Amino acid sequence: MTSVVEQKATEARSRQLDVERLRADFPVLHQSVHGRPLVYLDNAASVHKPQSVIDAVGKFYSHDYANVHRGVHALSERATDAYEAARDRVREFINAADRREIVFVRGTTEAINLVAGSFGRQRLTPGDEILITAMEHHANIVPWQLLCEQTGARLVVAPVDDHGDVIMAEFSRLLGARTRLVSVTHVSNALGSVVPVRQVIDLAHRHGARVLIDAAQSVPHMRVDVQALDCDLLAFSGHKMYGPTGIGVLYGKAELLRDMPPYQGGGEMIRQVSFERSIYADIPYKFEAGTQHIAGAVGLKAAIDYIASVGMDAIAHHEAQLLDYATSRLQAISGLRIVGTAKEKAGIISFVLDGVHAHDIGTIVDQQGVAVRVGHHCAMPIMKHFGVAATARAAFALYNTEADVDALVAAVEKVKEVFGHV
Amino acid sequence: MSDLRDLYEEVILDHNRNPRNFLRKPAETNRHAHGYNPLCGDEFEVNISIKDDVIEDIAFEGAGCAISTASASLMTEALKGKSVKDAQKLFQGVHHLLTEADDGQDLGKLAVLSGVREYPMRIKCATLAWHIMQAALRNEQDTVTTE
Repeated sequence: MTSVVEQKATEARSRQLDVERLRADFPVLHQSVHGRPLVYLDNAASVHKPQSVIDAVGKFYSHDYANVHRGVHALSERATDAYEAARDRVREFINAADRREIVFVRGTTEAINLVAGSFGRQRLTPGDEILITAMEHHANIVPWQLLCEQTGARLVVAPVDDHGDVIMAEFSRLLGARTRLVSVTHVSNALGSVVPVRQVIDLAHRHGARVLIDAAQSVPHMRVDVQALDCDLLAFSGHKMYGPTGIGVLYGKAELLRDMPPYQGGGEMIRQVSFERSIYADIPYKFEAGTQHIAGAVGLKAAIDYIASVGMDAIAHHEAQLLDYATSRLQAISGLRIVGTAKEKAGIISFVLDGVHAHDIGTIVDQQGVAVRVGHHCAMPIMKHFGVAATARAAFALYNTEADVDALVAAVEKVKEVFGHV
Repeated sequence: MSDLRDLYEEVILDHNRNPRNFLRKPAETNRHAHGYNPLCGDEFEVNISIKDDVIEDIAFEGAGCAISTASASLMTEALKGKSVKDAQKLFQGVHHLLTEADDGQDLGKLAVLSGVREYPMRIKCATLAWHIMQAALRNEQDTVTTE
């Protein structure tokens, strides 16, 4: 019989990723940039694809591709099966209650625009409120501004403190009788803050508001269970979770999706069309007008299979370790300030360097083979809150290593050398 | 690997650390424009005082990366005392220097900007202040953007 201590040690070992082996799954990582081995730390913008995803898309086009739900021929049937199997896989991945609650879209941005165009235009009247936080991505700000212009509704913004945590007392105070929708990010793409969405959802539901979660930055890095969260709507993108670009998901509770009018009209989303009136298809097809990114859905399924084979808990554990390591190494650099020190963070670090603009950091570290994002990260309001026009941002994926962090640190030292700050 | 020193020339670093004609406004400003690079957030304002078609004084405000700040600073130095026509010529010259394979006309000190050529993503940083200056000379009210 093994002791508890031994058992725990075994568990810890099994949670350690064999990153060197996993890196072999990602062909793009094995190249030099400017004569240095590529160190890819721009994972919050987009994540690279394992060979299994690339192959799944290639194989689908080579053998099974046709349009879905239309033909009676063999290929159409195979393509339909593959497309619908992807829907089942997504349902399982986020633990939705029903496969019809999974709508395929282009990505998080389209999912949010769908909610604004459908739910928003149907239900919002002048004076109604949409509540967001101060650290949303532009994709979770601008669609609501457009909607407010069309409906006379008001956009209300819950403030964030100097660590990058939502001030929950303020959030709670801003919820009111006119709040129709709360739309918040799960993980801030600019700061890495994890928002306590469970609490947000409970509070919002107490006021009768519906809740949309922007899960673009959480779904690739932690377990997300829509039933446990009890969110009404949730959006994410395939390309940030090892899948293809151009495919994403809007999850919505079935009762809510049924009530929402179609977002786009066209083929596939109808049951019957005449010039007098059309009868719409059931969910989710009501929201999938036109030919969808069928191969993208197939690739997304392969990406979920890949994540499952590695293990989401192991990925989260590995990225948390990298975050700790990178935080302590970067903090030790004089003149460097980490922007965003929330209580709970995902594997994203934004930083600024005294006397050096982020754009200059980006160019110099790129010359060392290190890819980071520099700029406002499509989140200009939160940059303004922290008094910076731009930051440099390193974000981790399952294939990053402590050696990648060391390369980043060395590259930042090089920035200081070029600027004469040694 | 292109040498980072070609981009971050000593003159550029100096003008970034101590920008000339910075954070002040010519007393008799009669040309003004504002510009912005939405990609990186660089933002400047250029103020010019013109008398008899000659740039008597020029200064700038705002914040940006080393390349955009140094380029703005070098520009103010180069343009002071120049006629509007010569300022346009210099703009053409800098544009040529940054986008063509050869240096083109003799630009004196501004030639340090030639290192930017090897970094296509940074050319807009170097041209931002120059576009704002042009808008100011034309008295355009809209914010200039590099996009």
